[in-house]
Amino acid sequence: MKPIISMTNISKSFSGNKVLNDVSLDIFPGEIHALMGENGAGKSTLMKILTGIYSKDGGTIEVNGATVHFKDAKEAEHAGISVIHQELNIIPYLSVMENMFLGKQLTYGKTGILKTAAMKKETKRRLSQLGIAIEPEKTAGDLSVGHQQMVEIAKALATDAKVLIMDEPTAALTDREIETLFKVMNGLRKQGVAIVYISHRMEEIFRMCDRISVLRDGKYIGTKPIQDTTMDEIIKMMVGRELGDLFPDRDKSAGKEFLRVEDLSGPDLLENVSFSVKEGEVLGVAGLMGAGRSEIVETLFGARAKSGGKIFIEGKQVKIKNPFDAKKAGIAFVTEDRKSEGLILGMSVRKNMSLPNLKTLSNQGIISSKREKASARNFIDRLNIKTHSPEADVKNLSGGNQQKVVIGKWLGINPKILILDEPTRGVDIGAKKEIYNIINELTEQGVAIIMISSELPEVLGMSDRIMVIHEGRVARIIDKKDANQENIMQAATGGE
Amino acid sequence: MSRKWTHTLQTAGPLIGLILIVIILSILSPSFLSLNNILNVLRQVSINALIAFGMTLVILTGGIDLSVGSILALGGAITAKMLAGGMDPILAVLIGLLAGGIMGAINGIVITKGKVAPFIATLATMTIFRGLTLVYTDGRPITGLGDSTFFKMIGKGYISYVPLPVIWMLIAFVILLFVLKKTVFGRGIYAVGGNEEASILSGIKAGRVKIWVYIITGVLSAFAGLILTSRLNSAQPNAGMSYELDAIAAVVLGGTSLVGGRGWIFGTLVGALIIGVLNNGLNLLNVSPFFQQVVKGGVILLAVLIDRRNK
Ligand SMILES: Nc1ncnc2c1ncn2[C@@H]1O[C@H](COP(=O)(O)OP(=O)(O)OP(=O)(O)O)[C@@H](O)[C@H]1O
Ligand SMILES: [Mg+2]
Repeated sequence: MKPIISMTNISKSFSGNKVLNDVSLDIFPGEIHALMGENGAGKSTLMKILTGIYSKDGGTIEVNGATVHFKDAKEAEHAGISVIHQELNIIPYLSVMENMFLGKQLTYGKTGILKTAAMKKETKRRLSQLGIAIEPEKTAGDLSVGHQQMVEIAKALATDAKVLIMDEPTAALTDREIETLFKVMNGLRKQGVAIVYISHRMEEIFRMCDRISVLRDGKYIGTKPIQDTTMDEIIKMMVGRELGDLFPDRDKSAGKEFLRVEDLSGPDLLENVSFSVKEGEVLGVAGLMGAGRSEIVETLFGARAKSGGKIFIEGKQVKIKNPFDAKKAGIAFVTEDRKSEGLILGMSVRKNMSLPNLKTLSNQGIISSKREKASARNFIDRLNIKTHSPEADVKNLSGGNQQKVVIGKWLGINPKILILDEPTRGVDIGAKKEIYNIINELTEQGVAIIMISSELPEVLGMSDRIMVIHEGRVARIIDKKDANQENIMQAATGGE
Repeated sequence: MSRKWTHTLQTAGPLIGLILIVIILSILSPSFLSLNNILNVLRQVSINALIAFGMTLVILTGGIDLSVGSILALGGAITAKMLAGGMDPILAVLIGLLAGGIMGAINGIVITKGKVAPFIATLATMTIFRGLTLVYTDGRPITGLGDSTFFKMIGKGYISYVPLPVIWMLIAFVILLFVLKKTVFGRGIYAVGGNEEASILSGIKAGRVKIWVYIITGVLSAFAGLILTSRLNSAQPNAGMSYELDAIAAVVLGGTSLVGGRGWIFGTLVGALIIGVLNNGLNLLNVSPFFQQVVKGGVILLAVLIDRRNK
């Protein structure tokens, strides 16, 4: 069989930094081809070159044996290549339907009059194939991140592409949605569609993919058929060394109660949520998408109005009306959606990192640039953030490295309570381990940690206790020793 | 084109434009480059520049302030009436500035607490403040401001050759340059304009930052009104009409993005100079005032188009 896509010796530099160095890759029809590598290895860049979003500095791209030069994504789409990008590209104030048909609206002939009913029906059909029921007229920005991701996937599938590139499609999805997606992918494989699948989740890769190619620091390391390799081998190819246990042991046990939340309620979803976190303890928060996990921590942090409830820190009641109060009380909040809530994309890495922390980095309102730079350097090193300079705009970092910037900015305030909402989303396995190590370091200093995660192995591996949320209420709080995937899922779906 | 080069072009673009215009005008009109004329241009620029500096802060937060011209008029009128009534000049000036600050605070509060879009909010207050000026002055100029040297100096004074309004402009420039570059408040301005939600979630009081930005603009606009009143020795009820447009033009010419989060005060200074130099040069060349407008608009459009291309 001949490859449908053949990339040879692709090179690319951004402002003098080589991010792809002679990379070659063949993709065959009917295969799911995993592209793996650490954050910043060049995966997304390679795919953006393939689809004409970035121009290449060198190398050739062939589609079905013919050399191509795509000038933009539209040309690539015409050639049958479609992409689901790592960063959501939903236009928030347009409806779901308008997003689905953006740039390719159905019209009566060339009149420009829209066939609204037909588009509505088609949108509904495409979404229900993915197992979700969303009204086509709903404003896209009001959807959860997971549902926005599903709309993006439906949009890409609607092009009937021969080659489908999926850049971390599951990062924002819950297990149920992932299952439907996998079913769809299996169907496409049978039809002979080639899929390039980028993910940092090993289990997914080994379950779904036929072959794995690995990039490291912009260089092509190798390609392995799935049956001839192991997770350990792939990790070694990615990281360049053995990694060892993913979840490091924590030997310090939790101290006395530090944070207590009583009967927290919100205007629409939350109902009498009560829990507590001890010094040096990690409270994992599990639940299905839309169960209200993020709402709980957003309300706690003062970013969302509450209709009732009390918050106590070290036994003393505190009033938290806005994030400023929360920060003053020593609470840090690594938000779920880094693009809209976590970062100021047009600002440099340094300025993003110092944002919550300007008070300590300044005297009488004047920022000490020396201390600010030193602090940025410190966290760039400590979190191993790949950026060619602290002055680079944060939008030019790879997705995983952006996530590390969000974590770094909150470590700067030396929090006493750290809230992490999906902290390892889109983060590579080496960096995940670094983040877990940092969590452990913080617990040793007595920081109380609340960690929301949709990845059950992560919740199980890192938490001392697990709070399961179902429809805005606490379904169950389970001790680490009693917890397993089954009883968490059962509580999350409303079972006893 | 390499990234670095594009970047330099983008930041130096307005300056290069200004230099080109100066070169062309000095070839076309020999009297353009005389010391006298240059100081004259600078003095004319100072009023627009002071307003535009405030406007820069507002636009950096993602807002806009259309009421600056009306604030200028009311601030000037209040001080003028107090002077005419024989009040201590220093006190009269302070009250005029305070009035500007209060008007700015009203803008800021309506926008942040009332959640009204800045364009609409300040469009309304532009009319309200202008109306108040007409009520306050009875629609007639206020004259007979007394002969306080202090007040005359504000708009007409010199330090050796340099007109005092130019000094005021430079002082405001240096202070705001420092505020934007070095202070927590300045960083907050960029952050709020760059991504308000993320700023709030980082514990920045976005509402407070915005209110202060409008207050500063109000004070600067009122101060521009005092300079004008001092120069004319009277307060005109229709002073400052459509000054907001020149101020916005200076900000945009300087390369500050209207979406917020990106820009700099130096660009605004250059932008104001471009407008001032054009006005002056076209006058020297005896271009009809009607046609001058066409040229000015064309330059703004050209600048924005070049800026687009570079992005
Ligand atoms: N537009 C850009 N300008 C400058 N540098 C860029 C740009 N896009 C990507 N880079 C740099 O190129 C490198 C590779 O980035 P890329 O996004 O391809 O990584 P990735 O493998 O997809 O990582 P992740 O797993 O985190 O998504 C990174 O160091 C990144 O900072
Ligand atoms: Mg990527």
